[in-house]
Amino acid sequence: MENEFVINKDEILEASKAREESAFLTEKRTEALDKLNSLDMIKPDKTRVSKWDFFTVTDQFVESEAFGSIEELPQVVREVIDIETVENVIIQRNNTEAFVKLSDDLVSQGVIVESIFDAANNHPELLEKYFMTDAVQIDENKLTAYHAALLNGGVFVYVPKNVQVKDPIQMVVLHDDEKASLFNHVLVVADTGAEVTYVENYVTTLESGKGKLNIVSEVIAKDNAKIKYGAVDFLAKALVGYIVRRGVTGNDAVIDWALGLMNDSDVIYDNTTYLMGSGSSSDVKIVHVGRGNQKSNFTTEVIHYGKETTGNILKHGVMKDSASSVFNGIGYIKHGATNSDAQQESRVLMLSPKARGDANPILLIDEDEVVAGHAASAGQVDEIQLFYLMSRGLSRQEAERLVIHGFLAPVVESIPIESVKQLLTAVIEEKIVN
Amino acid sequence: MTSVLEIKDLHVEIEGKEILKGVNLTIKQGEIHAVMGPNGTGKSTLAQAIMGHPSYEVTKGEVLLDGENVLELEVDERAHAGLFLAMQYPSEISGVTNSDFLRSAINASREEGDEINLMQFIKKLDKNMDYLEMDQDMATRYLNEGFSGGEKKRNEILQLMMLEPKFAILDEIDSGLDIDALKIVSKGINELRGPEFGSLIITHYQRLLNYIEPDFVHVMMQGKVVKSGGKELAERLENEGYDWIKEELGIEDETVEAE
Repeated sequence: MENEFVINKDEILEASKAREESAFLTEKRTEALDKLNSLDMIKPDKTRVSKWDFFTVTDQFVESEAFGSIEELPQVVREVIDIETVENVIIQRNNTEAFVKLSDDLVSQGVIVESIFDAANNHPELLEKYFMTDAVQIDENKLTAYHAALLNGGVFVYVPKNVQVKDPIQMVVLHDDEKASLFNHVLVVADTGAEVTYVENYVTTLESGKGKLNIVSEVIAKDNAKIKYGAVDFLAKALVGYIVRRGVTGNDAVIDWALGLMNDSDVIYDNTTYLMGSGSSSDVKIVHVGRGNQKSNFTTEVIHYGKETTGNILKHGVMKDSASSVFNGIGYIKHGATNSDAQQESRVLMLSPKARGDANPILLIDEDEVVAGHAASAGQVDEIQLFYLMSRGLSRQEAERLVIHGFLAPVVESIPIESVKQLLTAVIEEKIVN
Repeated sequence: MTSVLEIKDLHVEIEGKEILKGVNLTIKQGEIHAVMGPNGTGKSTLAQAIMGHPSYEVTKGEVLLDGENVLELEVDERAHAGLFLAMQYPSEISGVTNSDFLRSAINASREEGDEINLMQFIKKLDKNMDYLEMDQDMATRYLNEGFSGGEKKRNEILQLMMLEPKFAILDEIDSGLDIDALKIVSKGINELRGPEFGSLIITHYQRLLNYIEPDFVHVMMQGKVVKSGGKELAERLENEGYDWIKEELGIEDETVEAE
């Protein structure tokens, strides 16, 4: 079966107009809708998506109530935010911007943190420059076009030249209406010499959703800029999705990723970093726990264009029950990227005989003067480690828990916000025990 | 009450091959027994099988701790019953610090509500680490991760001193240790020596026994205990090797491969 969908162009454009959306975004929607039918579907390696429904969206926008103060935030959101110390946070509830707190310091330095819709109205020149131009294109495939057509949330972060943002900027997306689909667009731009840490959390109060996920993040680090991008996605079952997070680096720029991909639904994840500038680098750390009978595909790619660029990919996955995942790591050194270094490591731990985890390290090298390396493994919990821990009196369950936490620790430790790190640890705990 | 560990007619296989062919030993608290023998005679198998290593299958015999057959217990239950195995190759576990692990291990053998008080724990840990001349940062490092061979062995003895089992089995704790580390490890074991501690020390070098004086010495060959005696037996082995025993018993090949 091909992906079938019925989409009403007029309705979409009318709804957008009613929300007083910028002409620029409406133009992009129109472009996407016009191209949609002629574009190819994504073809993730080793995962058949022909029967996945990425398209049936009943409600383009779900209106939800905003929160008046930090005290009103529901528990699930309070858990992720370090309430005592949080300086900069933007909260989106389903498709509504629900709470914003930014430090005076941040605002006075000219840093912009706005919903993608506000930013399109307030800063059209920046949006036109960066929105779906360098990192992800509208006409790349059917799903990127569908994303632009149905865009219904997201955030824009802009850090001006040489501004170093001290406190992290945190985005929390609360999914608490099962009808809501999340077509979020996140655009993070650090101008020349700027530094910022951005962390996003997708949290839910639902057991299961009825919408779709189609999330695109574009992360742009200009020359000498430094971006740390952390994420913990933990959304409910049945939200079929496509989540793309891509970065583009200038000269000597750094984009480091720490991603806890914990959604309970079937998702195709594309994380790609284009190392365009010479001397730029990216460190990608990804952790995943699969459970139930969910299917996921993690394609993580670092593409070296600039000379003397460095890419490191580290992925650790734990597979339970009948969950099945493909972990593809790609280090691609293009011709001319002399003296570049592409490294990657993928490790999968299988906790059940029915679980599947494919770890595929791929190196594509079009240049002679380079360094590259990879390591991959898939296996069960080491019985000898369990024996060792149990011989000291720990129960099998406790010993397994420790071994799994230890296995995921290298990624968890790299999450840049303490409260988010604790959340990720708690999520792992919950997913392992239940 | 003095606890007793009795190994009775123990037969053990690994991957279908019989390694232990009827071992008998009785150890009482307050006693230190050394099990010696050349390589390949089944010494380590004895240690691992008592603790319940997953690769070893007991096909016959019993290991009784105060009359209860520990072979019917899970590995953690054997630990709760009072057994401890200091391993030749301790596992490395990332993500859990040495001190968190030790506290979990101590509390695992205690009843709920009777957990060790944090201050007591820290005091005891500091004291034992000092005693074993371990750097303080070893407490906050991940369990055995990146430890040198000598550090791992010291860490085994630290765990032993923290857990205070009824019986400790030390599996070639002296292998790969230089003389200074050997002295420290021995010091730890001698500190535990007393009426409430029994030990089975497995070694194929006599030199460990210069620092820990055994009450009884047993020699294993072909998967059995073939000779037992006092500490003078170890001294004779040091001076004369194993050939005289083989000659006395008419053994040509001492390893378990021999039929």
